[in-house]
Amino acid sequence: MDLSFSPEEEAFRAEVRAFIAESKPKLPRSTGTPESATRTRDDYMAWHKLLYAKGWVAPHWPKEYGGTGWSVTQRYIFNEECARAEMPPVVVFGLNMLGPVLYTFGSEAQKKHYLPRILSGEDWWCQGYSEPGSGSDLASLRLRAVRQGDHYVVNGQKTWTTLAQYADWIFCLVRTNTEVKAQEGISFLLIDMKSPGITIKPIIVLGGAQEVNEVFFDNVKVPADQLVGEENKGWTYAKFLLVNERTGIANTARSKQAVVRLKEIARAEQDDGVPLIETPEFARKIAELEIELSALEYTELRTLAAEARGEMAGPESSILKIRGTEIQQRITELAEEAVGYYAFPYERGLGANDYVGPDYALGAAGRYFNMRKASIYGGSNEIQRNIIVKAVLGL
Amino acid sequence: MDFSYTEEQTLLRNSVAAYLADKYGFEAWRKFTRSDEGRDPAQWQQFAELGLLAAPLPEAYGGLGGGAIDASVILEEFGKALVVEPYVPTVIVAGGLIARAGTEAQKQEWLNKIATGGTMIAFAFAEQGGRYNLADLQTTAKKQGASFVLNGQKAVVLGGPWADALLVTARTAGARRDEKGVGVFLIDKKAKGVGVRDYPTVDGTRASEVTFENAEIPADRLIGPAEGGFALVDQACDEAIAAHCAEAVGCMKVLLAATVEYSKTRKQFGQPIGKFQALQHRMADMFVHVEQSVSIALMAALKLGGPERRKSVSAAKVQIGKSGRFVGQQAIQIHGGMGMTDELSVGHYFKRLTMIDALYGNVDHHLKRYIAS
Repeated sequence: MDLSFSPEEEAFRAEVRAFIAESKPKLPRSTGTPESATRTRDDYMAWHKLLYAKGWVAPHWPKEYGGTGWSVTQRYIFNEECARAEMPPVVVFGLNMLGPVLYTFGSEAQKKHYLPRILSGEDWWCQGYSEPGSGSDLASLRLRAVRQGDHYVVNGQKTWTTLAQYADWIFCLVRTNTEVKAQEGISFLLIDMKSPGITIKPIIVLGGAQEVNEVFFDNVKVPADQLVGEENKGWTYAKFLLVNERTGIANTARSKQAVVRLKEIARAEQDDGVPLIETPEFARKIAELEIELSALEYTELRTLAAEARGEMAGPESSILKIRGTEIQQRITELAEEAVGYYAFPYERGLGANDYVGPDYALGAAGRYFNMRKASIYGGSNEIQRNIIVKAVLGL
Repeated sequence: MDFSYTEEQTLLRNSVAAYLADKYGFEAWRKFTRSDEGRDPAQWQQFAELGLLAAPLPEAYGGLGGGAIDASVILEEFGKALVVEPYVPTVIVAGGLIARAGTEAQKQEWLNKIATGGTMIAFAFAEQGGRYNLADLQTTAKKQGASFVLNGQKAVVLGGPWADALLVTARTAGARRDEKGVGVFLIDKKAKGVGVRDYPTVDGTRASEVTFENAEIPADRLIGPAEGGFALVDQACDEAIAAHCAEAVGCMKVLLAATVEYSKTRKQFGQPIGKFQALQHRMADMFVHVEQSVSIALMAALKLGGPERRKSVSAAKVQIGKSGRFVGQQAIQIHGGMGMTDELSVGHYFKRLTMIDALYGNVDHHLKRYIAS
């Protein structure tokens, strides 16, 4: 065991830093503040495009499909540097969710067509998993796909579809067999969002943004070659995607940077003439948060080490999801607490680039409200416990 | 960066685990911890023969030259078996301190003796009224010719009844809580003026209250500088904490496995209680606590030699303290009435974890130290 970095790894870190330093001024300003009011599709994609041009957009993909061929340690360094510089997160649906499903289970034609377009950012994907009646019980989903000749005809609804308003394509779990056990009648279908019969209805969430949507399908015709893998085997691919999703979800590097920001706020805020961070009550809350984050960071490193040894991400990734999201929530909660009265102003009710109070207070309440989603999405934290119970503890 | 155990470390783990499973089972433990001696006297020599006492000590003095990770490997297995012998005070604290600050003669004499099982050393650092502050010392050591004269009392000296030597912290100068003016002495327990009162502890081991009444200690039993011993003690205690964190991880792993197993067999309302989601999620939370504890114990061990030592060790002690209490309490809860019995091992691991929380400073103490460092 050894925590040190080799000279080659340090050189790599310098290379990453240099690239970030030269890229940051090229990004639109609004991408600097997460959950900011008015991010356009181009804002979201700006960093993606720069990474693509550099060949660094998909570090976790195999090299033959456009990955970087980096070691686990290099990927760790890259993530750490991006987080420290507060670079915007890349949009995950194509890169982290669909990409690995396609290069693992997709046909040669699908790999050839879709993967390069995910890398370049030409296609924006969204995720068609949840339905109004199918949240935690995902396998009960009912979006019906009936095979008619060389097409499927799709009818029904998806919901909580993140940023569907920007999407060119949606990957959907659909019901192709109603006669069998729920899990055995699901297929994984790629659907063009411009298909006739698709409509989108926005859902405004607690922070005030149109972050998610309902997506309706009314006799949507989908060519049969847009089925991934085998018909009725979609549940396997769906679970594979979810495990991948959870592995990156802890994001301790970003949480560490968020704690740096939180401490800045707590140093600036005064309580009885003393910086908030020096009051025993708040100091203790921050210390406990940091310690939990340290433990999670080392859990993440252990997971990466297992990956480096060639072990697949397993149900243990549920820990990363549970603790990672709880910590993200706690950070935003403490920031909201720290800003005191300036949690009140609603930034969307003010003009663009206009705010009241200290600038660090902007959006603190909104981020706290919005972050409650983290323990719900990606398989709620209760579902993660079910996974641990079944797959790890064998109960 | 590399997070894998070496082949030697894996072999070490396997050999300790196999030995303890064979010779240090729970029934044997119950028997010898309740004997007059309170332990099986054959064990210490066996540990020496397995190379455990030599493992972290320098090769030049009979050690095997291992590091903090080797110690963690051993201690995690010790935790699983509730080992009562004073391994940490003897090997980690005294061995570490002598290796770092001892004179050549002291190293020659003591390190070889420790490595071969020729001595058991208890660490007399705590005092009534001093709580967890290592510098809060009322025991004094006054220079008198070629000797030091010790006066004072030491509290809850773990392993004291079995030890032949005591590693003692005492005030050589300064006021009661000054960090400057702390000296460390290695004292024969039989020396004139040393009094002991031995007793059992709640977690199945033994301890002593120790008094010094004009106990005369030859100057060559001073380890390190006479007035500058605090930093040495502070570091040795951090190394001890990292080791006890690994021990706690061992205890927690046993409790989780035992609880899951019990919940599969114990039936109520016509089904195994492990089928009830209220209990399932509790056990999932226990699993999360165990894994987080494994991680942070590893962090503490890896950062012992670096600039973030104090902060990392305190972080680990906080996490382990909290997780140890959660896992221990829930293990008892899920075992129901059986968890309350002396007959089952569960309660004994719970007790050990509770004591580890207090050892070298509890959660509150280390949160305070974390914030200050």
